[in-house]
Amino acid sequence: MSSPQPDDLAIQVENATMQFGKEGSSLFVNALLETSLTVKKGEFLCLIGPSGCGKSTLMNLMGGLLTATSGSVDVMGQAINGPMPDKIAFVFQENSLFPWNTIAENIDVGLKFRGVEKAERARRTKESLASVGLSEFADHYPRQLSGGMRQRAALARALSLETDIILMDEPFGALDEQTRMIMGEDLSHLMARTGKTIIFVTHSLGEAVYLADRVAIFSARPGRIKRIIDVNESHPRLPSFVTSEKFVNLRNELYRELHDEMAKATPHSNKIATVSADGAQLSSEDELA
Amino acid sequence: MSRSSLLDKLLVLLTWVVCLLLIYWAWREATGEGGVSITLLPAPDAVFKELGHILSTGAFIEPWEVTFYECVMAFSWAASVGLALGYVISRSTYLVQVFEPLLASLFTVPMVLFFPLCVLYFGLGPNSKIVFGFSVAFFPIVLAAISGFASVESGFVQAARSMGATRWQMFHLVLVPAAFPVVLSGLRMGAVLTFLSVLGSETLGSLEGLGHAIHNASMDMNPAEMYAYIIIVIVIAALLNLSLGVIEAIGNRRYGVTEGE
Repeated sequence: MSSPQPDDLAIQVENATMQFGKEGSSLFVNALLETSLTVKKGEFLCLIGPSGCGKSTLMNLMGGLLTATSGSVDVMGQAINGPMPDKIAFVFQENSLFPWNTIAENIDVGLKFRGVEKAERARRTKESLASVGLSEFADHYPRQLSGGMRQRAALARALSLETDIILMDEPFGALDEQTRMIMGEDLSHLMARTGKTIIFVTHSLGEAVYLADRVAIFSARPGRIKRIIDVNESHPRLPSFVTSEKFVNLRNELYRELHDEMAKATPHSNKIATVSADGAQLSSEDELA
Repeated sequence: MSRSSLLDKLLVLLTWVVCLLLIYWAWREATGEGGVSITLLPAPDAVFKELGHILSTGAFIEPWEVTFYECVMAFSWAASVGLALGYVISRSTYLVQVFEPLLASLFTVPMVLFFPLCVLYFGLGPNSKIVFGFSVAFFPIVLAAISGFASVESGFVQAARSMGATRWQMFHLVLVPAAFPVVLSGLRMGAVLTFLSVLGSETLGSLEGLGHAIHNASMDMNPAEMYAYIIIVIVIAALLNLSLGVIEAIGNRRYGVTEGE
């Protein structure tokens, strides 16, 4: 690649535009518009924004599951062209574990896809399960586990692939608040331990501030990054961070930035906003909680 | 297995036995003094005597071999063509939109209407039964294959793709196990329909086979022999159903579909 980026860049997105369907057709969607973003190695980057703002699209572009209509995506200085399973692992929202495989088999099959030898597969399966605390559940089927445990298993599968980058698309989206908190704490510890680069899509303001080194805020469709907020706090983050003034201030700032975009993206809350500002605040807060 | 579920099973078994005995009793009463004419329904003793004769002389073996051959051929063709075609169609939304409703409506056409044509084209021998059995069993199998393979959750495919699955890995490690339960129920239905249509068509026009033996006995005014052959067919059908159930259970366990304890 001609780009002169230094070695500490994990992903570089330049002027990426993603369109679905043909221009002029009713199915045409301008999901992402000339977006540029750099992700540093070892950084935790959160993408946040209104529904349909293109954050998942951007993530799928970075993971090579989609190909940009225009613009470029480089991973570790190499132009992306399809999935790069040796560099990037995914954790999806839910239903990405195979229900016909046990937890251990789910991890094993992922390594099979990667072409890993049998003995090595067994070792990595064991290790990754231990690292998320699921060793005892290796022979359970996904449906026998709780939602939180299933997502741990999905994380174990991603870890077993031993990639430098993990893309997480609303991985805790289907979990209850308490489970989310614990998962978030564990993830922050993992960050501190492994120094992986993590890109994390979320709807939750608190989750974004708690986990991220930087939070990229998306504008409403056609999506582009409106602003990036820095969270200067080292990993692992402690539960006490949540109650600190810094956390609350950052969360409020994020909320202000997002509120306008939410109003734009949702005709319903826009209408309320013109009637009563207080009502709009409440309804948006519900959506963001 | 827990004690109570074992008791439940015993109770079900016992009920079945009682039902069989009731049927036997009603049969014997109906055919007793002043009962149904023996040309319509012979007494159970006469039927079982005839059954014993057929079994001891091995008279059922030759027709059974013919029927079995026809069923195996019809089902193998229906399964291989149905699965292959269903898979190919399932790979494209366009093809699914074109063929799924067509095949579904053809499935409801009573194929037996075309059996005379089958005989015309393929003769009275096994070939017409094979073609007819195929034409009936093909539809549930191809429809199940389409819906099974087309409805594989996109999350599974995307996850496998993100981990670098090859085309072959995607097929045999993701698509096949994901589609398995639906496809298997189609195959099971296909197997049952094959047996039904082969036997039915043998009674309509044939030179050999179990269906032919039943038809012949009725033409010969030998109802005891006819009922004896019907009992043989019922037993075979029950065995077929039992073995299909076992195959399904093994498959489901292999793919972890059964409910865990």
